[in-house]
Amino acid sequence: MIFSYYPGCTLRNKAKDLDAYARASAEALGFTLQELDNWQCCGGVYPLGTDEIASKLSSVRALAEAKDKGQDLVTLCSACHHVLKRVNDDMTNVEDIRTRANNYMKLAEPYAGETKVLHFLEVLRDVVGFDTLKEKVVNPLTGQKIAAYYGCLLLRPGKIMALDDPENPKLLEDFIRALGAEPVVYPYRNECCGGYISLKEPDMAKNMCNTINESAKGFGAECFITACPLCRYNLNKTEQGLPVYYFTELLAEALGVKEGAL
Amino acid sequence: MNAKEQVQQISGVNPYKCMKCGKCSATCPAYEEMDIKPHQFVSYVQSGNIEALAACKSMWKCLSCFACVERCPRDVQPGRILDAARQIVVRQRGGNYLTAEEIPPLVDEDLPQQLLVSAYRRYKR
Repeated sequence: MIFSYYPGCTLRNKAKDLDAYARASAEALGFTLQELDNWQCCGGVYPLGTDEIASKLSSVRALAEAKDKGQDLVTLCSACHHVLKRVNDDMTNVEDIRTRANNYMKLAEPYAGETKVLHFLEVLRDVVGFDTLKEKVVNPLTGQKIAAYYGCLLLRPGKIMALDDPENPKLLEDFIRALGAEPVVYPYRNECCGGYISLKEPDMAKNMCNTINESAKGFGAECFITACPLCRYNLNKTEQGLPVYYFTELLAEALGVKEGAL
Repeated sequence: MNAKEQVQQISGVNPYKCMKCGKCSATCPAYEEMDIKPHQFVSYVQSGNIEALAACKSMWKCLSCFACVERCPRDVQPGRILDAARQIVVRQRGGNYLTAEEIPPLVDEDLPQQLLVSAYRRYKR
């Protein structure tokens, strides 16, 4: 099975491992991530203004290319996923944005939200299935106590992202179980790491990440997993914080494809 | 269009739906840092005091985490009001909160590109 794939700027630079482990794991699980021919940066943050059009066009181009190929569009980075999914919702449901964006695009056929945007984790859950994933694990992560850190962008707003229950998610916990490890549920798993505030006000992000760390440690976690390079960067700034891994690294390890993936 | 109508149009928010429960402020991770608090945004729009809203520090403290949007029982989306006020500021000449010259000393070896593009989109036109 082949999916269109949107890596995003960070997965081509500082988060190459998030990408490489995902591709290797996908092949081991029987599907392929086929990178879009022409993708541009999503901008990192969804433009909230109702009159923002130009800032959404890079997402529309990616969505339209996947539509042309007749493939679902898979993402890995939480921010890219958030932006693409919300722009797709606009193109589906907001007539004014759809009309004006298509006026810029001049596509052979107007784009109206036809592409299905899937996070890699949704492919694991809904296409591969966690039961099948469990069967394919060759190195179970037995005994590891892992805290899933969702952050904000994967889950909210729940009505549009529709990934999981935004207040009590279980997607990453089920993923951890499928790898043979023990998920640690803690209250701050879907609270913000500080995001882009760490550029100009690093102390603010540090305080927030300290709280997240204390919360996870208090429930016995030994490490975090995340899908977001910015969450990982911010969490890594915590002094004596827990180690933070991309979920794809543990996946590749459990599937026995970590060696040689990078 | 006056400033009040402009904020309502850019944000798409109807401030009169708010029932002042305060849940947005209670859940905001940047609450302590804000001069105008999330539950107060609607009042500034209702009274048309956009000048004060456009001069607030809060717009540079908001993390776009959507906690206030998710947890509002009336779907008012306070974060969108603040974003509209921010748009009004950065769309003006000299309104940017971040310049390219400021960035190099703030960058370390691990800093993800995602952080820079996100900050640019939030702080700059």
